[in-house]
Amino acid sequence: MSINGKACIAGIYEHPTRLASDKSLVQLHAEVARGALDDAGLSKNDVDAFYCDGGVPGFGALTLANYLGLKLRHTDTTESGGSAPILHVGHAAQAIAAGKCRVALITSCGRPRAAGVGPAMPLDPETPDDEFDVPYGCHLAQGYGMVARRHMHDHGTTSEQLAWIKVAASHHAQHNPHAMLRKVVTVQDVLDSPMVADPLHRLDCCVISDGGGAIVVVHPDIARQLKRPVIMVRGAAEAVKTLNGGFFDLASSAGAVSGATAFAEAGVKPSDIQYASLYDSFTITVLMQLEDLGFCERGAGGRFVADGGLISGVGRLPFNTDGGGLCSNHPGNRGGVTKVLEAVRQARGEAHPAVQVPNCGLVLAHGTGGSLGQLHESATLILERV
Amino acid sequence: MPTFETQTYWDAVDQKQLLLKTCKACGRAHYTPRSHCPHCFSTNTHWTPSSGRGVVYSYSIANRAEPPYVVAYVQLAEGPMMLSNIIGCPSADVRIGQAVQVSFQADAEGRTRPYFQPAEKDTA
Repeated sequence: MSINGKACIAGIYEHPTRLASDKSLVQLHAEVARGALDDAGLSKNDVDAFYCDGGVPGFGALTLANYLGLKLRHTDTTESGGSAPILHVGHAAQAIAAGKCRVALITSCGRPRAAGVGPAMPLDPETPDDEFDVPYGCHLAQGYGMVARRHMHDHGTTSEQLAWIKVAASHHAQHNPHAMLRKVVTVQDVLDSPMVADPLHRLDCCVISDGGGAIVVVHPDIARQLKRPVIMVRGAAEAVKTLNGGFFDLASSAGAVSGATAFAEAGVKPSDIQYASLYDSFTITVLMQLEDLGFCERGAGGRFVADGGLISGVGRLPFNTDGGGLCSNHPGNRGGVTKVLEAVRQARGEAHPAVQVPNCGLVLAHGTGGSLGQLHESATLILERV
Repeated sequence: MPTFETQTYWDAVDQKQLLLKTCKACGRAHYTPRSHCPHCFSTNTHWTPSSGRGVVYSYSIANRAEPPYVVAYVQLAEGPMMLSNIIGCPSADVRIGQAVQVSFQADAEGRTRPYFQPAEKDTA
């Protein structure tokens, strides 16, 4: 059964904070939930389904349902790291299409800055591979650094081309008053920043921020009664890539599968997409996803992003017009929710005027959760204003 | 922190031997080692010695560590990819495709682990 045309995004909200020293984690969830419901014109009592990722404290959706005071008939705590909120929209659309719920609330929040913890995971004796991998000190940045190195080796991709991705994000972030990094940077600025995971520089990495966001997914009958633009879910898909017993490569992500599936469900092709939110934990993440999703040929990502290729109003594909994770927000080390939010803003025509894509009817949000090219889950979402 | 499933691997490492799990049902090796073959799901998996030789598939550097170190995926001659560190040469000398061989060294906590160093020419 297709979910094309079966559910709509009716409400969104992004928490303005980037450092939540004065708030608890569950309080952030409450604030973004309220914000998104207000945006939709719905109340807490309209919600009958709740979705959250593994970043919630306690017992998943149950803990939040209790704290928020929700009355639910459907929940989902699927954990896929940064891609989770994107695939939750797809799961919510499935549940709505199947009649299991009518108003699904999705939240994703974190406060790693205030808590003083990074994205590093502690060694867990019950997690297979940890005893083999963790002692070698391969942090997330080195994992992505290996993907970048291999891409350079296979395709001649350069550090200058990767830097253009950060440059484009910074051009957009200058217009976002909540962005952590609003200064427009140059390719040379990126290359001059300290190396942290050779060949990745500090400015090839996303910010670490507190905050989060929420999304309200509803039955189309409800969306049409509300006063907000109707943003229809056209395609949604996810796919997992594993280390396959040691037989894997770093040449692609599961986005090649989730993207093709979502495009088929939506009945559109990459060249139809007017705006794309692309997961940007690191610059290489964006480049590989562009290839996986078919916006360019494998190996052509470097040329695609160079010379402002991703800058709104300048390039061939406007991306992450909020500044993305590279410059604005990567709440709780999970940038999936903000990818959906900016895609909805663009489809509504509510992005900042300096970066709004004219007549932006068809948009895409895509995420990679886990480690690019290695163990991860990709999620692709295609939305249309109707 | 070995488990019942991986104790044999670490015991061999202590004896400076690298073991892989190989499946007698499908004939393929896998890494990291487990009781059920991740290729065909047979439980007929057995410990087999690795040559300890491979090539650097890709690498990165933990530049902010003191001292910096090289993280790499080494593709073993038996097929599986293995995450490790490249030691025994300057980080600037590491290359994709470089022939490497296993080298057992004690880590900071005194636990012996398999690392990889540039292969001697006659074994490359």
